[in-house]
Amino acid sequence: MRPTLLSSTWVIARKDLAIEFRTRTAFLAVLVFAVLGVAVFYFAWDATAVAALDLAPGVLWVIFTFSGLLSLQRSFGVEQAERAMDGLLLSPIDREAIFLGKALANLLFVAGIQLVTIPAVALLYNLSLGRPLLILFGVALLAAVGLVAIGTLFSAMASNTRLAELLLPMLSLPFFVPVVYGAAQATSTLLAGRPSQEAWPFLKLLIAFDLVFLVACTLAFPYTLEE
Amino acid sequence: MSSASFDDAAGRSPEAPNGPVALGITGRRFDWLLVAAVACMAVAYVRAIFFTPIEALQGAAQKIYYVHVSAAVNAYLALGIVALMSIVYLWLRDERADRLAESAGEVGLVFLTVVLTTGPLWGKPIWGAWWTWDARLTLTLFLWFLTAGYLVLRGAVDDAAMRARYSAVLGILAALLIPFIHLSVYFFNTLHPMPIVLKPDRPSLPNEMLVTLLVFFGACTVLCLALIRLRYRYAVGRDALLGLESEGGDR
Amino acid sequence: MTRVLEAVGLTRTFGGRRAVSDVTLALNAAECLALFGPNGAGKTTLLRLLAGLLKPTAGLARINGDPLRGDASARAHVGFISHQSMLYGALTVRENVVLAARLYGVSDVRAATERALRHMRVLERGDALVRALSRGLQQRVSIARALVHEPRVLLLDEPYTGLDALGAAALTDTLARLRGDGGTMVLVTHNIAEGLAVATHAAVMHGGRLLRLERRDDLDSASYADEYRELVGGAA
Repeated sequence: MRPTLLSSTWVIARKDLAIEFRTRTAFLAVLVFAVLGVAVFYFAWDATAVAALDLAPGVLWVIFTFSGLLSLQRSFGVEQAERAMDGLLLSPIDREAIFLGKALANLLFVAGIQLVTIPAVALLYNLSLGRPLLILFGVALLAAVGLVAIGTLFSAMASNTRLAELLLPMLSLPFFVPVVYGAAQATSTLLAGRPSQEAWPFLKLLIAFDLVFLVACTLAFPYTLEE
Repeated sequence: MSSASFDDAAGRSPEAPNGPVALGITGRRFDWLLVAAVACMAVAYVRAIFFTPIEALQGAAQKIYYVHVSAAVNAYLALGIVALMSIVYLWLRDERADRLAESAGEVGLVFLTVVLTTGPLWGKPIWGAWWTWDARLTLTLFLWFLTAGYLVLRGAVDDAAMRARYSAVLGILAALLIPFIHLSVYFFNTLHPMPIVLKPDRPSLPNEMLVTLLVFFGACTVLCLALIRLRYRYAVGRDALLGLESEGGDR
Repeated sequence: MTRVLEAVGLTRTFGGRRAVSDVTLALNAAECLALFGPNGAGKTTLLRLLAGLLKPTAGLARINGDPLRGDASARAHVGFISHQSMLYGALTVRENVVLAARLYGVSDVRAATERALRHMRVLERGDALVRALSRGLQQRVSIARALVHEPRVLLLDEPYTGLDALGAAALTDTLARLRGDGGTMVLVTHNIAEGLAVATHAAVMHGGRLLRLERRDDLDSASYADEYRELVGGAA
C-alpha cells in the first residue's frame, strides 16, 4: 500500500522535527541569534531620531530573514550523513513528498523562532501586546511560507555543492526581497493603525509569491536529485 | 586553443571525430562576427561623440545614455536567452542549451555591469545623485545579483549534468521572480517618490539623436551576439577537452 | 514468463565514462546472484540502477515486469543494503526502522518493526540512539531497516563489511530464509567463499561489463577463485 503524498509528507516532516528536537541545539542557537540580533539593532539606531514603532517592523523582518537562513542551512545536512537520503529515495514515496515534508518541518521551525522573536521585538521596542502581535504573527506566517519554499529548495541544491554555506544566502536573498518588502509594508501599515485596505496589496503580493513559489519549488525539487 | 594541444591530450589527429576540426573550434578560423561587431561599435562611438549634437539641458554627459540603454536592452536579451535555454535544457536535456545559457549568462553579467556603472555616471551630473531606486536601475541591480548567483552556482558544481540541471532550475525560478521584483519596486516608487528635482524623462529625441541611438543599439546587439558566440565556442572546446580527458582515463 | 528481477541492456555513463555497459540478466524467485569484481568494475552502479536510484543511459531494469524508473510502486518490492547505513544517527534504532516501515506503507508498522529487529538480533537495543552504536550493530540495524517491508528483491552491496561473527551469522541466516521464502537477491561481495555460500548464480563484473554469468551448481568452487583472478587480470 503505497503511502499517499499527504501521509508521506507528514512522515518526512515528523522525522525532521523528531531529529531537530532530539538535539535542540540548532533551534536554540538560531533563537539566541534572533533575539540577540533584535537587541543589537536597537543599539545601532538612534532611538531619539527614529521612533521605536517605525523601527520595529524593519528590524523584525531583517532578523526574520537572517534567522530564517540559519534555520534552512541545516535542512539537508542531516540527509547527507550515511546517505540517509538514499533511504528516502529507495522507498516508493513521491519525491515531492520529501520536499514538502522538509519544507513543512522548516516552516514549523521558523514559526517556532518567530513565536519567541516577535514578542521579544514587542517587548524591547515597546509595542503594545494584543492586536499588533496577532498581526505580526499572521504576516510572519505568510512570509515564512515563501521563505521556506525557496530556502528548502536552495538548501537541497546548495548541500550538493562545494560552497554550500555561501550559496544558500547568495541565491536565496534576491528571492526573499518581495517577501520581506511585502511583509514589512503590510505590518507597518497595519501597526500604524491605517485601514487594512491599504495593507491588502502587500498581503496579495505575499500570497501570490507563496502560491507561485510553493508550486514551482515543489516541481523543481526532483530535478535537484541525482539521476 | 591550437590543435597541437589536442594532439598531446589524446594522441589523436585534429581531424578525428572528437577533434577540433570536426567541432569547428580550431581557433584558426577568423571570427568575422566579432571583428564586424567591434567595427560597428567603433562607428557608433564615433557617431555618438563627434556627429551627434550635445543635448541642451543635460550636456555632454547625456551621451552616456546611448551606452546605458543599449547595454540594458542587450542585457535583458542575454538573460532572456538564459531563461529560455533553461527551459529547453530541462525539457530536452540537450547540453548545447546548457552551454548557450552559460555563455549568455556571462555576457549578460558584463552588460548588466555596464548598465550599473553607466547609470550612476550619467545620473550624478544630471540628477545630482549617484543612485536612485528607480524601477529600471533597481531591477537591473537584482538581475545582477541573480546572474552573479547563477554563475557562482555553476562554478560550485563539478558534475556537468548536475550543474546543467541546477542552473536550469535557478534560471527558471529567477524568471518567475522578475514580475515580483517589478511589482515590489513599482509599489516602492509610488509610495516613496524620490525627492529628485530633475526627473530623467523619456526625451522625445530629435532625429539625429534617435538615429545615433539606433546605430548604437544595433552595434551593441551585434557585439552581444558575437560575444555570446565566442563564449559558446570556448565552452564547446572546453567540454570537448574534458571529454577527451575522461575517455582517456577509461582505457 | 515474467522474471522477478530483470536487466535488459542496462548502460550508464557518467560524463564520458561507461560505468555499466550493456548488462543483461534475469533472476527468478528463490535465486541469489553473487556478483564479484574488482573495485571500479561498476558493481555498485549496477546495484543502484537495479534499485531505481539511478536512471539508465540506455536499457532498463524491471521488477515483476514493471520498469523501476517508470513506476514508483515497483520500488516497494526492493530492499537495498549498502556499506552506508542510511540511518539517522539522532534517531533510535526502533525509530529508524519504523520510519522505513511507514515510507513503504507497511500495514502493521509495530509488528513488522519488532519482527525485523528480532531477526537481526537488535531488539534489545531498540531504544538506543543509532549514533551510540558500534559500526557492526549499525550495520545490523541497517539490514533490519531494509527488510521491514518484506521485499521480494534484495540488493546487497558488500553487506558483510563491518559485521562481527554474530552479525554475519544473523545475515547469512536471514538471506537463506529469504531465499527459502522465494526472495530474489543480488549480492555484491569481495569474499568469494561468503558469496558462493548463499548463491544460486555467480557472475563477474569488470570494466562495466558482466562476464561469466553461470549457475552455482555448474561451477567448481575450488578453482573459481583462481579463474576469477585470471579473468580480472590480477586487478582484484
